[in-house]
Amino acid sequence: MRGVGAVRGPIVHRERFPIFWWLGKLSYTRFIARELTSLAVVYTAGGLAALLWTLGRGEEAYRAFLEWLAAPAAVAFHALVLAAVVFHALTWFHLAPTALVVRLRGRKVPDGVVVAGHYAAWLLASVAAAWWLLGGRG
Amino acid sequence: MKHSKDVVFWSLFSSGGTVAALFFPALAGLLLVVIPAGWIEPPAHADLARRAGHPVARFALFAAIGLAAFHWAHRFRYTLYDGLQLYHLYGLIATICYGGAAVLTVAAAWVVWSLP
Amino acid sequence: MGETLRLEVRRYIPERGPEPFWQSYEVPVRREWMVLDAVNYVKDRLDGSLSHRWACRMGVCGSCGMMVNGEPCLTCATPVTGLLPGPARIEPLRGFPVIRDLVVDIEDFVSKLRRVKPWIVRRSPKPLSEGEHLQTPAELEEYAPFAMCINCLLCYAACPIVPLEPDFVGPAAIALAQRYNLDSRDEGARERMEVLSRSDGIWACTFVGECSVVCPKEVDPARAIQRYKVEAAMDWWRSVLLPWRGES
Repeated sequence: MRGVGAVRGPIVHRERFPIFWWLGKLSYTRFIARELTSLAVVYTAGGLAALLWTLGRGEEAYRAFLEWLAAPAAVAFHALVLAAVVFHALTWFHLAPTALVVRLRGRKVPDGVVVAGHYAAWLLASVAAAWWLLGGRG
Repeated sequence: MKHSKDVVFWSLFSSGGTVAALFFPALAGLLLVVIPAGWIEPPAHADLARRAGHPVARFALFAAIGLAAFHWAHRFRYTLYDGLQLYHLYGLIATICYGGAAVLTVAAAWVVWSLP
Repeated sequence: MGETLRLEVRRYIPERGPEPFWQSYEVPVRREWMVLDAVNYVKDRLDGSLSHRWACRMGVCGSCGMMVNGEPCLTCATPVTGLLPGPARIEPLRGFPVIRDLVVDIEDFVSKLRRVKPWIVRRSPKPLSEGEHLQTPAELEEYAPFAMCINCLLCYAACPIVPLEPDFVGPAAIALAQRYNLDSRDEGARERMEVLSRSDGIWACTFVGECSVVCPKEVDPARAIQRYKVEAAMDWWRSVLLPWRGES
């Protein structure tokens, strides 16, 4: 008969952790969705590398790359990739103040200001990236 | 050494995450959606190649791609460990993730080098 | 008031069998009752064999943590009326071995806590003749939130990494390490960094953030951990880029 082990102590029960634990609670599912945006990030990095590759290969390669991107299936898929990249950015900016302790004139900057600072940086970075990609036009 | 190797990978993860958060929405939006959908004219090959060939741009693009790759590697590694409970494949998954990121980084160096 | 609430309690009695089982109890509902009052009612009036921990009844001792409808909470601070119409599931704190019924074994946490040296570390004690340590309100504010921890372990129950990676030091232990790291009187930051800048320390955390959501004392362990990651990274970069600086 199982019982309290006189020598080894109480016999404990360890609950098994379900393999799809992240489906059981909304906050966990949101967490995994947030983590999976890293796939969209590396895909975009790969896309940039591909763009640079065609730039090196010449006009024809560049044109063919753009044509491939213009296919409706590609645009639809990439809209999802873009959504994931944006989700990455939004969650990143909102989590950043937890890790960063920003001091201005000896006082700690409140979280909301740090987040706002990130959004401002985002705006500047986006303008710079667009300006670089599109060639300085308005 | 005082710190585990994870400190290096986490540094790359956080730098890559910041670079990606700041620059990738605009780049992905324009390159993958807005231009292909025809809402904006694509830049001419010669112009873009010139802008990409500038030494500062070459380095920035290489750094962005490399850091983004290592951001994915570190994050996805833990997503596999925790999401699919693959801790028993600890070393294999780490090798595949960081190895894959290294491959993409080398590829980035190569394409940046071969710009006109 | 004839209202009753059905509690479905996860029981485990090792001498009766190796598997846990559910047992239901109908308890009366009093508007001012907390879940702990309902569980005490079960033990006092319905089934004396039910085992559970509790002490202060007012949210400062950290003894009465349980899973209520899948969420970790202090049962002395969770109103029964919020669970109506019921039934409500009462289970032991997740992530810990269950000794009996709602009582879990927290020895593993205690040994992890000990490892981070949760006390003021001084290279040498300040002699009495030099007087007391003086600390400004601003210096106190630096670590005060992390000092509010009552070791209730709700954060461990909320964190998915705890059951997935049993060696993970965990949110409360890291928050308490920070409580001392950030205390102006402490000189033990380096020693604690050695213990925590490891794959079973801060690097196992993936910032799910649930620990801070469930904390009843607003300790915000997630913040402690993410700050620690940045500290560790900066410390490492400093040692690589400025090696002549020596140990801080």
